[in-house]
Amino acid sequence: MTRTVVAEVPERPPPKRYGWAGSLLVPAASALFVFVALVQALHVAGVVSFGFANWRPVVCAYLAWGVALCVGQVLRRGEDGVRVLFIMPAVLFTVAMVIFPTLFGLTIAMTDWNLSSTAGRQFNGLDNFRQMLGDAYYWNALQNMVIYSALVLVEYTVAFGLALLLNQQIRARKLFRVVFLLPLMLSPVAVSWMIGKSMLEYRFGPVANLMRWVGWDNPAFFANPWTARLTIEVMDAWTFIPFMMVVLLAGLQALPKDVMEAAEVDGASRWQTFWGVTFPLMLPVSITAIVLRIIFKLKLADIIINVTAGGPGGATDSVTSFIFREYRDRSNVGYGTMLAFVYLILIILFVTGLLKLLNRWTRDVT
Amino acid sequence: MEPASPAVSTRFDEADVPRPGAGRLARLGARRVFLYGALLVWAIVCLFPIYWTVTTSFKTAVNVTQGHLIPWLDYRPDWRGWRSLGLSPDTIDNVSTVREEFLSRFTNSAVASLSASLLAILIGSLAAYGLARFRYRFGFMRNEDISFFFLSQLILPPVVLALPFLVLYKELDLLDTRIGLILLYTLTVLPIVIWIMRDQFNAIPVELEEAALVDGLSIWGAFYQIVLPLALPGMVAALVLSMVLCWNEYFFAALLTSVEAKTLPVMVASQTGSQGINWWSMAALSTAAIAPLLIVGVALERYLIKGMTAGAVK
Repeated sequence: MTRTVVAEVPERPPPKRYGWAGSLLVPAASALFVFVALVQALHVAGVVSFGFANWRPVVCAYLAWGVALCVGQVLRRGEDGVRVLFIMPAVLFTVAMVIFPTLFGLTIAMTDWNLSSTAGRQFNGLDNFRQMLGDAYYWNALQNMVIYSALVLVEYTVAFGLALLLNQQIRARKLFRVVFLLPLMLSPVAVSWMIGKSMLEYRFGPVANLMRWVGWDNPAFFANPWTARLTIEVMDAWTFIPFMMVVLLAGLQALPKDVMEAAEVDGASRWQTFWGVTFPLMLPVSITAIVLRIIFKLKLADIIINVTAGGPGGATDSVTSFIFREYRDRSNVGYGTMLAFVYLILIILFVTGLLKLLNRWTRDVT
Repeated sequence: MEPASPAVSTRFDEADVPRPGAGRLARLGARRVFLYGALLVWAIVCLFPIYWTVTTSFKTAVNVTQGHLIPWLDYRPDWRGWRSLGLSPDTIDNVSTVREEFLSRFTNSAVASLSASLLAILIGSLAAYGLARFRYRFGFMRNEDISFFFLSQLILPPVVLALPFLVLYKELDLLDTRIGLILLYTLTVLPIVIWIMRDQFNAIPVELEEAALVDGLSIWGAFYQIVLPLALPGMVAALVLSMVLCWNEYFFAALLTSVEAKTLPVMVASQTGSQGINWWSMAALSTAAIAPLLIVGVALERYLIKGMTAGAVK
């Protein structure tokens, strides 16, 4: 990937004339923003009597500050400033929507804050963390996430098989591709209802009937922890296998034709061609698909919330569904936020570790 | 490879074909059977739940509990499910509170997903273009770091932001508003849009813009008049993918909306608990909730695939 700077063209002189205005505008807007935020903070704290009904004006001040920053860039730096304008909106948006709430969340995580009680927030230091260490349900949810993530490899195998099928010389390939893609477009909530509640219904669900016919006398999918976990996994896999399939299929179609033909001419069997040529060549695409899938898997919640609500006894809980219930039942944002932050740190460690490991491994293999 | 056979072939020649050839043909046939068999099985796995939902919306209680499968053969289709939604032919003209609610949830979902996707495409495309073409330096942050900053948002699980946003939105009076949802949805799809669009812009030759700049267009003019039309397929891909994700989003909507801005998935989810399950009306509701995406998905499948495979294959 090469990036080229489109700057080799005749440079127009930057309009320095208004530079002073730019240097003035940004500090002024910053001052306004800080002032508005300060007034509101003091108002909420009860120090000053005047202020706003809610924090919205502070958001407006932030927007004004953002606009002033952009205008200031153009006035002060001319052409370079214009270039900066391209990434400015996204950066300002992400900072406001991620960095600020995350920092704010850190302060919530160290409080005992029940939204439905009048007591308001009380700072309690690391109490939430200590409580978390003894929370068997949270550890159980984390353990479930490990299981769910490990099962991505099974999904990958199925998806690879489907991609290979679609990559053959077949009729109506386009039709099959559309059909195979359909589950991805269904909302997890609809899937929970359609499959989890309706088709797996013990008395008359078609899948339960099929299972009886196959020979499982008592097709209660959510009675036993392991069958419940696997059933949730199957539903989630059903919606997301198409994603991996599409990525792998694109990879298969981009394989160099001559290499494949050479293997065939050499008299390699299909099995040998697959393990000797296709699979190694597909490794980078496979890794992309698996890593993306694991990232999506770590957000798994909707199906669990709607089908089992974590049951039986927390056996199917994902971290997200557990925190969701924890908040719904006790409306304590402090504890829930602490759990979420610990999860975030674990995810960051896990994903960076995984990427490092995979990088080194692919370098060794290829 | 068979040895070259005489140009004129007769029926006798075919009879003379040695046995290994016939075996090979049989093997090939078996392979075909297996291939299409596997394709068909998976097609059924994909389609049956949808079929089941659509047909259940036309079943009465007896038909559901007896597990009837095929309309007209097994049971007589009835508008039962759709009537309870106020969407059957005989109730479509009457006043229906359920239909009112359904339509308002539908509009909320449509407005939220469309606006969020468009907003994400707007700021995401600009950022992706900047990152693909210019070199930035903000303190220690170079292009690679800025790209990583955006893409790393993808691993941020929604649950981390959910509770802080609950409190923040309460303070901002944005709880249960469409704007609140739109902002959050934009955030969740922004990394994906930037990912797709950066790939798209990298594929467009720089010479085009250089020529445009020489011709006297400004940077923004070149972007708007030259690059944007070329990047349109990528933008449609990003739009379709974002719309699918936003339309199906449940977690934030369940936490942050209650009355006004409730979306369709929340409505579907809230039906199950109350008084037993009305299978037919749930089925009708689910069908109505998934129908728009099925149509969009089938019609724009090409773009959906383009969006999902962007950047995955070099």
